[in-house]
Parts: sequence; C-alpha cells; structure tokens
Amino acid sequence: MTLSSSQILIIIAVMTLATMITRFLPFIIFNKQTGNNSYIDYLGDMLPYAAIGLLVVYCLRNVNFKSPANVLPELIAVSFIVLIHYLKENTLLSIGLGTALYMFLVQFIFV
Amino acid sequence: MNEKIKALKAAFPHTLPVFTGFIFLGIAYGILMSSQGFSIIWSILMSLFVYAGSAQYLGITFLTSSFNPIYAFLMTLMVNARHIFYGISMLDKFKEAGKLKPFLIFGQCDETFSIIHAAKAPEGVDKNWFMFFITLLNYIYWALGTALGGLLSSVISFNTKGLDFVLTALFVVIFVGQWKKVENRKPALIGLLSSIGCLIIFGPGSFIIPAMVTILVCLMLVRKKVTEVKKTKDLIIDDRGM
Repeated sequence: MTLSSSQILIIIAVMTLATMITRFLPFIIFNKQTGNNSYIDYLGDMLPYAAIGLLVVYCLRNVNFKSPANVLPELIAVSFIVLIHYLKENTLLSIGLGTALYMFLVQFIFV
Repeated sequence: MNEKIKALKAAFPHTLPVFTGFIFLGIAYGILMSSQGFSIIWSILMSLFVYAGSAQYLGITFLTSSFNPIYAFLMTLMVNARHIFYGISMLDKFKEAGKLKPFLIFGQCDETFSIIHAAKAPEGVDKNWFMFFITLLNYIYWALGTALGGLLSSVISFNTKGLDFVLTALFVVIFVGQWKKVENRKPALIGLLSSIGCLIIFGPGSFIIPAMVTILVCLMLVRKKVTEVKKTKDLIIDDRGM
C-alpha cells in the first residue's frame, strides 16, 4: 500500500496536531489560574518524579520475562547503572558504562 | 549576546547523553523510513514537525497501511498522552519564559523534559535561555540523526544493536538521582509501581493511559493523608502552646 504525497502530508499534519495537543493542553487550561489552585501546584511538584518512574517502565515495557535471555541484559545493565550512579553520581559515566555493558551483553553474551 | 553564549555553554554538557541517543535513534529512524521507500524529505519533515520518537516509529505503520488519518490522530494522542504530565510539571518553570515559552512547550519530548527538570542553571546563567538551549540542542540532534540515517542508509554497517539503551540509561540515572532525596521517594515510587502494575494488567501496547490515571489517583490519596497529618501536627502544637 503506497500513500500519495498529499496523504503523507495529511498523516504528518494530524500526528503533529495530536502531539502538540498533548504538549500545549496544560498551558492552555491552567495558564490563567495558577497560583490559586493548590491542587495543580501540588501535581506540578509531584508529577515530575512520578513521570520519570513511568518513563523507566515505558522504556523497559517490551522486556519479555518468559525467557532469561530477554530479561538478563536489561536486569544486569539497570542494576549496574543504579549501583554505579548511587556510588559515583557521575551522570555521563553511569550512562556511558551502562550502555556499553548492555551492548556487550546483547551482542556477545545473550545473542 | 554574551548571556546567550553563556547559557549555551552551560546547557551543552547536559545534552550529551541525548546527543548520543538521538543521533543513533534518529539514524535508525531515517534508515527505517528509507527502507520503507520514503524519501529523506518525509523523514525530516516528521522529525521537525511531530518531534516525538515513539510516535514517529509508530507512524511508519500509519504510512505503510491504508490511509486512515483519524486512527493516526487517536493513536498519536494516546502514545503521547504522557506529555500532559510534563506540561503540568512545567507550568511554573516556564511561567517567566516570555517569547521562548512556545518553543519550550513545543520541544517537550521525554528527554528534554527529564533534563530540564533535573538540571539547574548554574549561578549567573539565565535560566530561560538555559532551558531554551537544552531544548534546541536536543531538537537539532534529532533532526540531524534523521537526516544522517536517510543519507547513510546504504553505507552503515557497524553493529549498533543495543545502543538505543542509552535513553533507558538516562532515565534510570535521573530516577536514581531523584531517589537520593527522601521527599522525592513517595511520588517516584507511585510512578514506578503504578506503571509496573498497569503494564502487567494492560500489556505494553496500552498501559500508558491507565498508568497515568492510577498515578493521579494515588497522588490524590497521598495528598489527603499528608494534609491530614499536617493538621493533626498543627493541633498538637496548638495544644502544647496552650
């Protein structure tokens, strides 16, 4: 199935619209009433931490717990990153070594 | 002008993990689009306008199946619904960004959000320009990666398997950094456990929106408790005072 150029443009346009709705909506709704709304202030304080938790799970959502070869690389690499970041607290070091370890595991050990 | 260069210099190191991740994920996206027969122009347009990695990967299926813009619209809305949380989190931070604000909001992808939330502008650096350059650099990396992927699709041969893990690593690192502060642990744990619970129940394809609802409900419940505890404490203090 091939789409025509104008059909591709329409798909790009609706995807842009949908994405921008999700990004601009809070600013359109809450723009005028912040400061008075303690509930939104509370959510603004708490949500970032919860959202990072959601993102971690989102990134690992396709890990298949039925086979060890599909769990172990993620499990080992994430544990390693948690440990080394807890000890050294060097962002680039943790990300660099963690990613290198993961690539090594999926390319050479759990092929 | 000097103020902007200072902000750019301060912002750049924070974007390095995203540079790696976006260049390679962007290349992968560009290659994937080319392999489906789409010219580089379409890939770049997608990256410049939609600018949302997971939705763009999903978007390849909208472009290769029968024409259905309503389905594409609703699916994109669902996959990107998590951005609503980022917006609510940034209401206060973007308040004084003035003319930079629309671009800051436009560029709130997962990675930009997590860095802007975690990184603080150093002393003497304008925080709005600092946030602007983090957003702009990430945006450029993504477009650049996409263009490279489209151009190099036939040349690239080294084994990049597993490189996309760099973004997972970035989020894990930010999570651990937040965990060190005790008062952040409650919302962090709510986010993590709600998401895991919903992932198990709803599966990887449709857990995001149930997870968002669960997070909101849990935060609401916890807040009630916190305010109640505060009230009792106040009462106790009042009693002592008397």
